[in-house]
Amino acid sequence: MSETDLFGLCGAGLVGLGLFGLIAEGLPLRKILAFNLLGGGVFLIFGVVARRGAAAGLAGDPVPQALVITGIVVAFSATALAVSLVLRLLDWEEAADPSQPGESGEAQS
Amino acid sequence: MIQIGAPAAGLLLVLPIVTPLAGLLLLIGWGGRHAERIGISLLFVCLGLAIALASIVWSNQAPLSYWIGGWAPPLGIALKADGLSCALLLLTSVILVASGLFALGQFAIAGTPAPSRASVSFWSLALSLCGALNIIFLSNDLFNLYVALELLTFSAVPLVSLSGTRETLAAGLNYLLFALFGSVLYLLGVVLIYAAYATLDVSLLAQAVRPGPPLWLALALMSAGLLAKTALFPLHLWLPPAHAGAPAAASAVLSGLVVKASFFLVVRLWFDLLPGGPGAAPATMLAGLGAAAILFGSVLALRQVRLKLMIAYSTVAQIGYLFLMIPLLNGALAAGTWDALAWTGGWLQLIAHALAKASMFLAAGLMAEAAGHDRIDELGGIGRALPITCLAFCIGALSLIGLPPTGGFVAKWLLMSAAVRQGQTIWALVMVVGGLLTASYLLPFIARAFTAQPLTFTAVSRRREVLVLALAIGTFALGLVPPKPIEALEIGRVDQLKASPP
Repeated sequence: MSETDLFGLCGAGLVGLGLFGLIAEGLPLRKILAFNLLGGGVFLIFGVVARRGAAAGLAGDPVPQALVITGIVVAFSATALAVSLVLRLLDWEEAADPSQPGESGEAQS
Repeated sequence: MIQIGAPAAGLLLVLPIVTPLAGLLLLIGWGGRHAERIGISLLFVCLGLAIALASIVWSNQAPLSYWIGGWAPPLGIALKADGLSCALLLLTSVILVASGLFALGQFAIAGTPAPSRASVSFWSLALSLCGALNIIFLSNDLFNLYVALELLTFSAVPLVSLSGTRETLAAGLNYLLFALFGSVLYLLGVVLIYAAYATLDVSLLAQAVRPGPPLWLALALMSAGLLAKTALFPLHLWLPPAHAGAPAAASAVLSGLVVKASFFLVVRLWFDLLPGGPGAAPATMLAGLGAAAILFGSVLALRQVRLKLMIAYSTVAQIGYLFLMIPLLNGALAAGTWDALAWTGGWLQLIAHALAKASMFLAAGLMAEAAGHDRIDELGGIGRALPITCLAFCIGALSLIGLPPTGGFVAKWLLMSAAVRQGQTIWALVMVVGGLLTASYLLPFIARAFTAQPLTFTAVSRRREVLVLALAIGTFALGLVPPKPIEALEIGRVDQLKASPP
């Protein structure tokens, strides 16, 4: 098995784990983590595609690499937005039930 | 078919994208108390640009394209405006301008010179939403479209949570998670397509694609992702709380435009990438989900006790109609022809629904303002207190049901004629049942609004009432438009059929 195949399989594995997490997990924070896992898998597949498409003496096709950089920025912003929404929800939870900071927000939302 | 217009024409393709995004930077850097003025004037500029672009494409009767920076695809990104893109660009600006005018003064704190945070947020989100939608309707590059879809999500989610209450935050988060799920699936499809064909330009792909497992897998992933963003049944769960919880001006944009953008991409994927059409199985599956959306969405709308939620569920149902155009187009393509009835009917349905639904959400906002709540049972008699608003609501409702003379009637009539002519009567039957169900949840509300004894309602701004009516009249006028302008939706389509191999 070549290096590229191994990375491809890892990417596929991450995509599978992420998809499962996004669908099966109930808590928003876990869903956000699963989304990042899924994104990581997709970016790894991008890398594999770049390697397989290498031509003209280059180590890799530059286009997928450029796409991955954009993709990572987008995924980062998405995570930031999602986490900020979770934090705002947590504020509401704490205001509603001051005795249990932290856990209740994650559990309810 | 790719033709490079004069530089001025190219500029017209770039400006609708650059203007709102540059305005966004201006607003963040310098906005403050000018947020409203900057926002609304730039939305008007976008409307002007859309009109200019549409008039050029109309007078050429040919699509316009432009390579950004002079770099030809596959290296560069191509922008392309055909008749449909122009119509949707116009629709976007009209609805954004109307919602913007409606929102004027709404998010400012009365009596204080300092701008409220919600005001700056609303106007910057409206501008980025405008930019994202314009990219989606103009871009010809699958990855560029991915970025635009994400930009659209990032503008739409905060609009849902603008009021910052617990319910809207939860609805926004739920929407965001659905949308992210959708965009990752779309991105995975993009990787697979790049791996197989080494280009992401839609026109180049249309010549390169060969049906096979990689293509089917990629298209399935991308479609599933886009359906989650379009809120097609059974991925609609996020839509009603999100659209019902947003401020009225935002709901109008979200329900009228945002969910349509991903539908537009579904059609582009299946009909632009595959010039021969998607084939019977995918087309039937998509339309089957659409039919289920019509039935379930309408039944759920019937059971709502809050007006805004009822209108939101009706969006779920009306989105279903759009998907009925897919098997009709596919049936014609399989026979080697082009079904103009289904094509124009489907897109007219989109335009008519956008205008009607925007007007209805704004009307519901005014009713909620007058009554202090939006519980359907306690809104009886509101037609006497707010006659203009209720008239607008009625026109919108007639269009959703599909009664003449409205845009919704013409759209559904065209779709039904296409279905009957092709012998796919099952879809016509779904439309008839859908129309009856729509009538059954909208008409009782309207009847009570005009007959019941009014409770006490506070007065609302007359300017806003007239604005809502203007949008509704747009829906009405769409039903009276002669066929010639409607044929503009096909500019750039008929050539494609001739160019495609038999």
